[in-house]
Amino acid sequence: MSVDIYKINPEFRDIMPQEIIDLEDNATWAGESVEKRGISDLTDKKEILEEHSLCAGCPEAAALRYILASLPVPEETIIVNSTGCTSLMFPHIALHTVHSMFGNQNAVASGIKRTLGWRFPDKTKDVVVLAGDGATIDIGLDYTLQSFFRQEKITTICFDNEVYANTGGQESGSTAKGQVFKMAPKGKVFDKVPMWELAVTSGCAYSVKLTASAPKKVAKVLREAVLIAREIGPTYIHLYTPCILEIGLAANEGLWEMKEQDKDRFEDFKYVSDAASDYLKKCKKEGLL
Amino acid sequence: MSIKNMTEEKNWSGQKLVSTDYMLFEAPREKHFMTGSEVLKEAVKRCTVDASVSYPITPQSEAAHLIGELWAEGYVGVYFRGENEFGVMSEVQGCSMAGARTITTTSGPGTLRAMENFPTWSGTRIPCQLVLMARGINSPLSIQPDNLEVSFLLETGCMIWYAENVQELFDMSIAAFTVAEQPDVHVPIITSVDGFFVSHTREAVMLPPDDIALRPYNPYAAPLPPIDSEMPPGRFLRDPFVMKSNYISYATHASWQWEVRSAVERSKPYARHYLNGLAHTTGDEDAEVAFVACGTAAHQAKEAQRELTKLGVKSKVVKLRTIRPFPHEELLEAVKDVKYIFVPEFNIVGWLEKEVSKSLYGKCDAKIVGRPRVAGGMSMPAEAILQEVFENTGLKKGA
Repeated sequence: MSVDIYKINPEFRDIMPQEIIDLEDNATWAGESVEKRGISDLTDKKEILEEHSLCAGCPEAAALRYILASLPVPEETIIVNSTGCTSLMFPHIALHTVHSMFGNQNAVASGIKRTLGWRFPDKTKDVVVLAGDGATIDIGLDYTLQSFFRQEKITTICFDNEVYANTGGQESGSTAKGQVFKMAPKGKVFDKVPMWELAVTSGCAYSVKLTASAPKKVAKVLREAVLIAREIGPTYIHLYTPCILEIGLAANEGLWEMKEQDKDRFEDFKYVSDAASDYLKKCKKEGLL
Repeated sequence: MSIKNMTEEKNWSGQKLVSTDYMLFEAPREKHFMTGSEVLKEAVKRCTVDASVSYPITPQSEAAHLIGELWAEGYVGVYFRGENEFGVMSEVQGCSMAGARTITTTSGPGTLRAMENFPTWSGTRIPCQLVLMARGINSPLSIQPDNLEVSFLLETGCMIWYAENVQELFDMSIAAFTVAEQPDVHVPIITSVDGFFVSHTREAVMLPPDDIALRPYNPYAAPLPPIDSEMPPGRFLRDPFVMKSNYISYATHASWQWEVRSAVERSKPYARHYLNGLAHTTGDEDAEVAFVACGTAAHQAKEAQRELTKLGVKSKVVKLRTIRPFPHEELLEAVKDVKYIFVPEFNIVGWLEKEVSKSLYGKCDAKIVGRPRVAGGMSMPAEAILQEVFENTGLKKGA
């Protein structure tokens, strides 16, 4: 439909909550122009994420704000999430979002993407999966990888905090070897699962590992991933968003932790298939990037 | 093939769009000879189905292949094989939430693997259809007919219907979409048959022509907006009271669960119309013995009923066609004057006998006997039913 669905019936305007009015008046939608959205909007525009209930200083909350501010066409974007800390934020997003269960997010997203392709053959509707490391890599690994094998045209973003945070700090497949967490009281005995590499061997056209320390970099990767997923195939973003609570940091220390990890477990990894690379060049020429 | 080919009069494959009443009650019918799997293809072909996701498991595989053929022939919009039943039911949920009329099939262990999805389906109020071709569940491994799996589905918030034979499977699976998609119902529907006995048995069936089809599903008449970015997001997505630890969130969750079950109850008038009643009673009106059954157990009970007539014993068969909603009124009306009720079942736990006993408790003086129960692929000859009648009543042959 377009951004028109966010227009308030004038008859009801006087009884609408302020944040709904702000969505119409001061949020950034793609509308006609795809260039105007971006990280810089975070300072003075209405965000499509309303106030949320995550911990103060949570890097995951910051990352989600960067992502929502840089979606190419939010009004035509469906977001599928999973159980975990992120599911506390999703009811506050002004887009069509789905919380289904724990681990089946890529399966639900596959059904949505294929059906929207069938129902709206002349429209571009982006489907983006946002889930934690437990959902993406442990309980949902089958569904994550199978959606890559099937070449589902969706973008999968893993918010990797290297722990089951929402359930109280248990070891996950993404935890670093040796780390002591609940359920691994003697320290984790196997290596961190290299999901960004599995994404490549499983058929993703684009796989990037990074931290959320640099907002503009997150925005660029997100935009590239969503555009490639439209035309080429599945894309994967592995994003470090530490749980400051579980690793004992203060509210203002998340950024420094991410900067540290930029040089360690989350040092740059970027794979772009040849077809995706050619497509990105074309997007640049057309002003989409 | 494209949905763009659909007009007011015809669907994308060129079939003339008709009402469910015309399809089920008015269209001329011709006799065919086919299995349950084959007849399901014929039903799906006439339902303007947008999407189906499949996975192999005996005995439902053939039905799933045949829906795939319909996709290849241009009758179904989206079709693919999922990774396992948990994934498939999640993909079905995605398709249905995005506004597709969606169908899938499964059996036995697949049903149990997919289990977490079914209450999620009803909680999201999607009107998808699962055709369940019941089979045994492990261990030990069995692929034989046994409907124990249905007992696990009873409290998922999904409607459950039970077809006796190939003809009923055809008619029910068409009616199922229509009833499930009513705006004041709008919950998933599980259409069950006994595996092999129905899926693989060839019977005479009367079918309407295949150049007509049901009108398409309208996702914008749903109690929740479809996930397609064509409507404003539902308020419940914006108001995050569920998932919080406070009284409002608890009350919301509780009332949501009540509402799902109320929606299942609200399907009754529609189901009475499209199924010609929630229960079918045959046999002697002034019977002393009633058999309450569903599926092929009802078929066997009818055979026993005929034998009893020859022996001079008056009996009747009450075939329950809907299990959720449970036809309390119809059952009570049918058995209020009998002395004995037998509930023959194809499982060892007697889930239907428990349902019947609960429904009639304090309302009916008949002795309820949950037998015979056969399982694991055993058959239920009429003699086995008769033996239970003579052992559990004072009735005698030739009485």
